[in-house]
Amino acid sequence: MTAVDFLRLDLPAMLAAILACGLCGLLGSFLVLRRDSLLGDALSHAVLPGIIAGFAITGARAGLPMLLGALAAALAGVFLISLVRRVARLESGAAAGAVFTSFFALGLMLIEATGARSVDLDLDCVLFGQLESLVWLEAQGFASLLDPAALAALPRQIFLLAAVSIVLAGVVALLWRPLHLLCFDPDYAAAIGLPARGLELALNLMVAAAAVAAFEAVGSILVVAMLVCPAAAIRLLTDSYRAQVLGGAAFGAALGAVGYALAGPLPAAFGQAFALNAAGVIGTLGGFTVAGAMLLRQWRSAAPKPVAISG
Amino acid sequence: MSFGYNTLVVLAGCALLGLACGTVGAFALLRGRALMADAVGHAALPGVVLAAMLVASFGGNPRALPPLLAGALVAGVLGVLAVQALTRGRRIREDAAIAIVLSSFYALGVALLSYVQTMPQAAQAGLGKFILGQAAGMRAEDALWAGGIAAFCVLICLALFQRLRAACFDPDYARVMGLSVARTDLALLGLIVIVAVAGLQAVGLVLVVALLILPSATARLLTHRLPVLLLVSASLGALAGALGAAASAFQPEWPTGAAVVLVGAIFFTLALLLAPERGLLPEAWRRTRRRIAATESHFLRAAWEAQEAAGAGPGTAGDRWTPIAALAAARGWSEPHAARLALWLGLRGLVARADGEIHLTPRGAAAARRAVRAHRAVEHHLLGLGATDIAGADRLADLVEHGLPAEMATRLLAEPSSLPASPHALGPRP
Repeated sequence: MTAVDFLRLDLPAMLAAILACGLCGLLGSFLVLRRDSLLGDALSHAVLPGIIAGFAITGARAGLPMLLGALAAALAGVFLISLVRRVARLESGAAAGAVFTSFFALGLMLIEATGARSVDLDLDCVLFGQLESLVWLEAQGFASLLDPAALAALPRQIFLLAAVSIVLAGVVALLWRPLHLLCFDPDYAAAIGLPARGLELALNLMVAAAAVAAFEAVGSILVVAMLVCPAAAIRLLTDSYRAQVLGGAAFGAALGAVGYALAGPLPAAFGQAFALNAAGVIGTLGGFTVAGAMLLRQWRSAAPKPVAISG
Repeated sequence: MSFGYNTLVVLAGCALLGLACGTVGAFALLRGRALMADAVGHAALPGVVLAAMLVASFGGNPRALPPLLAGALVAGVLGVLAVQALTRGRRIREDAAIAIVLSSFYALGVALLSYVQTMPQAAQAGLGKFILGQAAGMRAEDALWAGGIAAFCVLICLALFQRLRAACFDPDYARVMGLSVARTDLALLGLIVIVAVAGLQAVGLVLVVALLILPSATARLLTHRLPVLLLVSASLGALAGALGAAASAFQPEWPTGAAVVLVGAIFFTLALLLAPERGLLPEAWRRTRRRIAATESHFLRAAWEAQEAAGAGPGTAGDRWTPIAALAAARGWSEPHAARLALWLGLRGLVARADGEIHLTPRGAAAARRAVRAHRAVEHHLLGLGATDIAGADRLADLVEHGLPAEMATRLLAEPSSLPASPHALGPRP
């Protein structure tokens, strides 16, 4: 494989994987700490009808209408989940399950009803993720990395992911302390006058934005995996808030890079003819790392502790 | 498509699967385990793909359903075990464990699926239908299987009815009675795995969890009694299955799973809006009616007290008309608001109106007397307790008097037959 091939075929996909996984890993810690992990599952499914509706209304696979539609659907989903939880007196998981499956089913129907499927909105990219379809054909060599004209031809999903990542990282940095309190002691946070409900809404919005940005590039299921796996693995290994949140992001990004390499480039480098679905490999790797973290934790607690000597 | 033999087979199969899912789903929801079906459904994918690869490598027909479902079953059980292993340390909660298992198992399935597509045999053919469901491909023997599974699940649920009920509503009692909750939970998990796997071919692995949650959540909105809830949940599941399959039989491009789930979602939405006790609209209607009744009684009491302040009682020789403006001042209402209330009460025959003045009709006077009595009974009671001062008693009584039945007011009064005097001056509110 030549450098140009790498730049053309692998770099954009790898970049998308790293950005999407890092972004989800960053937000995942808050979900895991707040015992709200299924929100990622719910939102990444619930955005489907919004994306299809945005596509159907404008008739183009343009970024902004689909993004707005997805955000609207995610907000409606969050609102309906809390409404269903209150009125039907369901636990939050079951309420989310009732709402997101209905939304997803509606989205599937809309795909058929609007004829979106026949045009270019591929259901496979929702179900499996289509990292492999992100290519950068304008790349001529490493010099292209400094060439604005060539860079502008990068797949638009990467720009979207990068923009959302920067904004959300900024928001997390701004809300660092309040989010800390919200995760560990929401009652205290409310007592000292923090707008707990507003923060929750902001968190939901951030997860929705991440799900929307990552959805098209990596598929809904990888969003779920990356929202929960890196954060859960880190949760097993540390009690520090800073290590949890930053570690989740870094670990997510690393999983994206390693998983992508394992899926295609590495087998190819060893002369294997097959390439696996990258999103699938990254998600599988996420599951394995949680299992690994579990074993590491058990091994740590089984190891003899230093005896404290008093006196 | 006409309603031929094939369509009927598909309808029957989907209805039976819906029945089984509705029955098991009711207990799963009550025990807080409904989302386990989500984990099982997604976890089934690698099992299905591996089974197809195995069958193909032994030269069998990779489209044959039984080995694929067996693979799904094994993978589903592994998924449940993985969730339990992850939650054992209590560091990872069940919600996170379910999300981890469903996403990473599914991701493994996706990776395997992409590998299978590079294999020479057509092993991947027909695997996609497990993701979104494709009931149209159901054959008579599949429907028979569905019927058998439904019968099995319903029988188990009936046989374990007491244990399941105890585990859902009062696990402590169950333990005291010597019923092992852990074993009941295990049986319930087994049932969830079976119905989730059986439901795969009809609704697909993404949506199978809806078939467990939606009918039982709908039933919960409609009833408090467990036997009724089971019956409603099972029949709604069956109905959703049949109607959804019928819809996708008429519109073959509609995915069956989505159609079934949308029918279930429509039932749930209707129940959410209209359920007599818990529904949003009946609740809003009840609240509005209470508010109107309270406002009515405030108006009538103001009319009565205006007469009293003028030194005359309704029905006495000094009975006279009261300006609506005076009532508005007494209650602190705007005049148009008071005029609208007067119009409304006039329509109900409780007041007579003329030239911006009102007069209580005999029926209105009786209602007003009841309102005044309740108000003063509460006022005097609160003052007797020393709970508040005179102005506070008036305001507090406004809040609590409306639910007070006449007998209760009588019991609060020292002299039951009489109408006590107001503890405070009557007239415009400050």
